[in-house]
Amino acid sequence: MLTVTNLSRPGLEPTSFELAAGACIALRGPSGAGKTLLLRALADLDPNEGDVLLDGVPRDRIPAPLWRRRVGYVPAEPGWWSERLAEHFQDWDAQAGPARRLKISPSAAERRVSQLSTGERQRLALLRALEHRPEVLLLDEPTGPLDEETTAAVEALLREKQSNGLALFWVTHDKRQAERVAERRFWIDSGRLREAALEDARKR
Amino acid sequence: MNYIRLDIWDLALAALLLLGVAALSLLLQLRIERRLLLAGLRCALQLALVGLVLTKLFELVSPWWTGLAALAMVLFAGREIMARQERGFHALWAYGIGTSAMLMAAALVTVFALTTQVKPEPWYDPRYALPLLGMILGNTMTGIALGLQRLTEGARQQRAGIEALLCLGATRRKAMLPVTRQALTTALMPIINALAATGLVSLPGMMTGQILAGVEPLEAVKYQLMIMFMIAGGTTLGAVTAVFVGVHRLTDNRDRLRLDRLAGE
Repeated sequence: MLTVTNLSRPGLEPTSFELAAGACIALRGPSGAGKTLLLRALADLDPNEGDVLLDGVPRDRIPAPLWRRRVGYVPAEPGWWSERLAEHFQDWDAQAGPARRLKISPSAAERRVSQLSTGERQRLALLRALEHRPEVLLLDEPTGPLDEETTAAVEALLREKQSNGLALFWVTHDKRQAERVAERRFWIDSGRLREAALEDARKR
Repeated sequence: MNYIRLDIWDLALAALLLLGVAALSLLLQLRIERRLLLAGLRCALQLALVGLVLTKLFELVSPWWTGLAALAMVLFAGREIMARQERGFHALWAYGIGTSAMLMAAALVTVFALTTQVKPEPWYDPRYALPLLGMILGNTMTGIALGLQRLTEGARQQRAGIEALLCLGATRRKAMLPVTRQALTTALMPIINALAATGLVSLPGMMTGQILAGVEPLEAVKYQLMIMFMIAGGTTLGAVTAVFVGVHRLTDNRDRLRLDRLAGE
């Protein structure tokens, strides 16, 4: 589904990999290694070079807004452009079900966005991205500020989306989470991306 | 027209006031006397020079010399816009965006006023063209400088929100709309305030000048109203143009926010 060939930008060495529909790649690495740089390059938010294809179509043939709707990105600290939560959704009322699944209190919409907790905002940003039905979702520490129970809820929701074909590229610092959610695990250090299995084999 | 001429001694008396307050500053150790006197001196020299140049221009009534003087005014105003940008666009970009937007807006509005309302003979008569352009330029310049500054500041502060909109598939224009609105509100605030407060709080300088020169108050009011409308139109045109070009420069054709194009990044 997503084919990346020699993707590079300052701070990221040429990187190639493929992400199949319904698959999940987990990415780990020390802070400052280039995890966010890679996600932003995939979302085409910063100037970058290399070929990225979605279903065989090069991204420069797809208008950038449409590209970002199909390749969604939820940063570690999601941004909000209005204090009213409902304004961030096309149809907030339709979110009642998924919000309950993610253990977001029904009164969240009555509060100002800045009064929500970091964890609530993180989950709401995920819902906001999912509302646009992306084909690929780039996640930067989506459960970073969450406790075990809510983390499990987020993982379950994403697993369900995955079985409907959503492909995930999941940045996490938690090794166990990487093993839980992803069949392929990548490691990045100083802007160099490696597949963990290969790394293990080389060590052996 | 019957007006009271000032002679050199009247001016000297007025200048004495400046010297007086400078002495006061010295006495109270406020340390503003130097800057005050230098600014006063600079003002006197500049105005004397302008007076001489205008006298010459008014004698010539040449379209070329009038145009040249107008161009010089625009270039000076552009420099002012550039100087007022703090951590905004790089100097050349600020100058380019500011000057071209101002040139377009001020020229359009001044020519409109000259050819359809004031109608001097010839239409470019510097006695009408240059003061009119000066007033429109001064205000348009302030509007553009404020608008560009607020735009770049807003884009920096609201980067996360703008990029969130982009990530959900907004075009660059749509994602920048909130900051665009804020920038234009800031740019137009002074002129909107001036429109609202004129007459109640302040008597505009031009109207005061005409009244002192012996013009009937109601005639002066008509002139002032026309000027205010021209200023409002020119400021809006200039600020909208500059802010839209600014938005274009702050984003690229892949709908990315390009804060790296600002100074100090």
